[in-house]
Amino acid sequence: MIEVQNLSKHYGDKKAVDNISFKAEDGEILGFLGPNGAGKSTTMNILTGYISCTDGKALIDGIDILENPIKAKSKIGYLPEQPPLYLDMTVREYLNFIYDLKKCKLPRNSHLKDICSLVKIEHVYNRIIKNLSKGYRQRVGLAQALVGNPNVLILDEPTVGLDPKQIIEIRTLIKKLGKNHTVILSSHILSEVQAVCDKIIVINEGKIVADDTEDNLSRKLSVDHKLSVRIDGPKNEVAKLIKGINGVVSCEEGAQHSDTVWDYRVEAKEGVDIRRELFKRIAERNWYILEMKSSELSLEDIFLKLTMGEAIPALEKKSDGGRD
Amino acid sequence: MGAIFRREVLSYFTSPIGYIFLAAFYACSAVSFANVSLNYGSTQLDGVFGEIMIILIVLIPILTMRTLSEEKKNKTDQCLLTAPVSLWGIVLGKFLAAFLIYILGVAITIVYAIVVSAYAAPDWTVILGNVTGLALLGAAFIAVGMFCSSFTENQVVSAVVSFIVMVALYLFTTIGNVIPIDFIENIMPGFSNLARAIIVAVVIIAVGTVVYFVAGRKASTVLITVAIALVLGLFTYAGDNLPDVFARLSFWERYYGFTYGLFDLSNVLFFVSAAAVFLFLSVRVLEKRRWS
Ligand SMILES: Nc1ncnc2c1ncn2[C@@H]1O[C@H](COP(=O)(O)OP(=O)(O)OP(=O)(O)O)[C@@H](O)[C@H]1O
Ligand SMILES: [Mg+2]
Repeated sequence: MIEVQNLSKHYGDKKAVDNISFKAEDGEILGFLGPNGAGKSTTMNILTGYISCTDGKALIDGIDILENPIKAKSKIGYLPEQPPLYLDMTVREYLNFIYDLKKCKLPRNSHLKDICSLVKIEHVYNRIIKNLSKGYRQRVGLAQALVGNPNVLILDEPTVGLDPKQIIEIRTLIKKLGKNHTVILSSHILSEVQAVCDKIIVINEGKIVADDTEDNLSRKLSVDHKLSVRIDGPKNEVAKLIKGINGVVSCEEGAQHSDTVWDYRVEAKEGVDIRRELFKRIAERNWYILEMKSSELSLEDIFLKLTMGEAIPALEKKSDGGRD
Repeated sequence: MGAIFRREVLSYFTSPIGYIFLAAFYACSAVSFANVSLNYGSTQLDGVFGEIMIILIVLIPILTMRTLSEEKKNKTDQCLLTAPVSLWGIVLGKFLAAFLIYILGVAITIVYAIVVSAYAAPDWTVILGNVTGLALLGAAFIAVGMFCSSFTENQVVSAVVSFIVMVALYLFTTIGNVIPIDFIENIMPGFSNLARAIIVAVVIIAVGTVVYFVAGRKASTVLITVAIALVLGLFTYAGDNLPDVFARLSFWERYYGFTYGLFDLSNVLFFVSAAAVFLFLSVRVLEKRRWS
């Protein structure tokens, strides 16, 4: 379990982290989402005791990281932004070193072997880290965090530099680990956080902008009465037809793709679903719908909106309420 | 601490540093041995031990230059500082590893002694005293070098700074002699040393206060002012005894006793506490960095 209370970190006048509080329970994967310089790494560095906070408290399984650092640190596995690798060691030497450093009690060889097969680095086990590619270094970094099977895993952008196949594998691994560990991971990749995390914290300029489960977040901001459709058919007639559908408020033409293929942005009254009606009518006229999607905000849009400082009423209410 | 110690020892031999240090140490001390002892047919090794101190001033910075700076630069300190180890564990592990390599170097002097013993039985107690002295001096120098490397991410800067500091420690007696302490005595003739010291400290603190308010209230100004006031105050208080005080703090003077085979406990304590002080300061620097 991780609990953060009113945490702040100032670098001179700059507030890298500004009075944030959150909590991650056992068996929960918490996603930390924010643009560059938001303060994600800084927060993680404080949680792991690498730097100290200016104000506030960070508790790991109820232990204050500043009051009892050694005990708290023994419960954490940390993958920093840049994997902390000794480049002139082999993977074997390095992991053995970490094993000793963490005063790990598990059976050495089988434990290290398990970890290596989890992150798929068995075949580079005897190579010098200097000669590994970036992706493999990242995997060794992840392996290092897993040594000793710590309760709490803090992973700063864990999938950076991995290939797509490995990204999926690592995400699956994190999900699996999340069942009986507390995991915090940071990312700019929204689909990643969406895919992996139970709970999302959006952070910008050191402040929490939103703190919610991913479902709630999208639902609150969703706009399912807005559609984007690509139709093959004579433009003006199509537009007229769409406007004729009951409940449609507006229909604008978007980009043209070929002679007769156009995009249309359709907005209906709130709570009215026109998709079936639209499909039937277009088909009756022997035109074709090539693509249709509701322009429900993806986390990407939410993220942009939130961090661009655009006020979103639903969320404003929520975050105010949460802070009281 | 054990893990860090083992890793460091290993890294001295996976990188060229360990080999460079040992090769250079063996070569330089052998030249000195040939010059001082063999050429003159002398079985006395005191001269060799005297010259080894100079060699150390050049070689110890090489041994210690990357201990703490490299960690910071490669961000591997993130792995040490977030592991369940204390700062003392980290610093001591690294110190002991460097010390072990150093002792491997120093061990060569035993070989010289054995070579000499082929001609005439050397005075083993003197040699033992010498080796002990060398070990203690090295421990203190290694601590100094580590302290210098805790400041910077750059190995070269670390090496050059520790070189300069060690030269200064070596020349401490000379420095004590050239500080123009009578200048203060001349402008304040009628006072006791204590009164002069207080006046000097007050003047410096006054200046520091002005600087503090003019140059935008920085905490560092306060620290520097207090440090200068303290040091110069103590200097003034020491007055005519200043060269004497410096001589007592001189690494060279302390070590010199050992090269004659004089085993003085106060000298032993001096080097041990010098090493402890600089290791403590290194720990403080690491600690401070977390709070910056
Ligand atoms: N040692 C430092 N001294 C001064 N400012 C710092 C220091 N470390 C971080 N900062 C500042 O703190 C802010 C937060 O940085 P942080 O590295 O936590 O961002 P981040 O969210 O991890 O960004 P990224 O996505 O780029 O990794 C930044 O504005 C950065 O410039
Ligand atoms: Mg970061």
